[in-house]
Amino acid sequence: MHAKRIIPCLDIKDGQTVKGINFLQLKNVGDPVEMAEFYSNEGADELVFLDISATLEGRKTFAGLVEKIAERINIPFTVGGGISSLDDAETLLKAGADKISINSAAVADPSLIKRLGERFGSQFVVVAIDAKYINGTWTVTTHGGSRNTNRELFSWAAETERLGAGEILFTSMDHDGTEGGYACDVYKKLSGILSIPVIASGGAGKISDIADVLSRNKGNADAALAASIFHYGKIRIPHLKRELGKAGIPVRTTL
Amino acid sequence: MTGIVDYKAGNLKSVQNALKRLNADFITSNKACELAKCNRIIIPGVGGAGWAMENLKKNNLVEVIRNLKCPVLGICLGLQILCSYSEEDDTEGIGIFPNMVSRIPSSEEIKVPDTGWNTVYDLNTPLFDGIEENSFFYFVHSYSAEINGYTCAKTDYGIKFSAALKEDNFTGCQFHPEKSGRIGQKFLQNFLTKEI
Repeated sequence: MHAKRIIPCLDIKDGQTVKGINFLQLKNVGDPVEMAEFYSNEGADELVFLDISATLEGRKTFAGLVEKIAERINIPFTVGGGISSLDDAETLLKAGADKISINSAAVADPSLIKRLGERFGSQFVVVAIDAKYINGTWTVTTHGGSRNTNRELFSWAAETERLGAGEILFTSMDHDGTEGGYACDVYKKLSGILSIPVIASGGAGKISDIADVLSRNKGNADAALAASIFHYGKIRIPHLKRELGKAGIPVRTTL
Repeated sequence: MTGIVDYKAGNLKSVQNALKRLNADFITSNKACELAKCNRIIIPGVGGAGWAMENLKKNNLVEVIRNLKCPVLGICLGLQILCSYSEEDDTEGIGIFPNMVSRIPSSEEIKVPDTGWNTVYDLNTPLFDGIEENSFFYFVHSYSAEINGYTCAKTDYGIKFSAALKEDNFTGCQFHPEKSGRIGQKFLQNFLTKEI
């Protein structure tokens, strides 16, 4: 049974998680390694770490952090944020990351996807796409949704697959942060036109939102990513997986 | 001492980290003389089969691997190059397992590369001791080996394929035990400690 994946996402700034998480009762609330271990033990199938450091010093700290995560964590993890060259990617690969995600840099130079895929294999390359629904078109945005591009979501997603993306991580900027559910119809369409896995992100507020985006006749995404609902303890992964199982969604239950 | 074969194919780091977590002594090398001193050999691998075989040939490791007498574990691409033939890059493998490796057919439900957790069943090697039937392991692959008499674990992903293969001292696993949580850790521990 091939399982749908549950992926907590951690934002990292200068080597620390951005949102301190009190419910976990960690020794160091902002320690990404401890959080990663907690989620891994809870049954997370994969983890994503996004570096939002603005400084060069912060970026170096991030690479060091990736090394520590790789030493301690025995499930796959993706790292992203500010990756714009093969050298950036190689640093993170050598630190132990299983995959990298690229976003704005891929829009600026699509050939980066191809070069990364050829050098490190498609399985290493996750293309993250942020988009907003503007005047009837899903428009790709960059720089955290602050800049609109002239690209349309579905054609861009198909192009990234042709260039060698191994997975697509799509975030609807209209749904992100609302906790009102994922953009299921968009995932359904993406899943239909792509032959690579689609990770859903943006909008999770309750268990049924995750069930909807993963279920075959609704979103049909391969994985669901979420941040605050996990960090604030609103949804705990063991309970989430039991409920998804009851709803007929294949999930990993043995750890 | 465990030897990790370094032939410039992919993520050695995660295998090294997994062995560290198990407190195992290991070396990472592409030199036959160093690997010969080991009593366990791991052939990791992520990437393309053609390129991997070329690198093994360049380092004169094909015959060395074929003649190993100690327990050997090929992981993912490591399993595939232990087979006799891979469709990927039309590659002749080392030929320990007489299996064909072919591309997984994709469809709307079957995404390729197969990325994620899947159950493994019909477990039939001491490496699975203490691991239940239908346990989940982590896979990342676009190609898979057919099922035959050498198969010692199976997985379904649209098609049925060999999740693991065994012949004498050689074992191959298509999944990544080093990324498969506690269950994967158990599998690696068995490889390091069991009589195979």
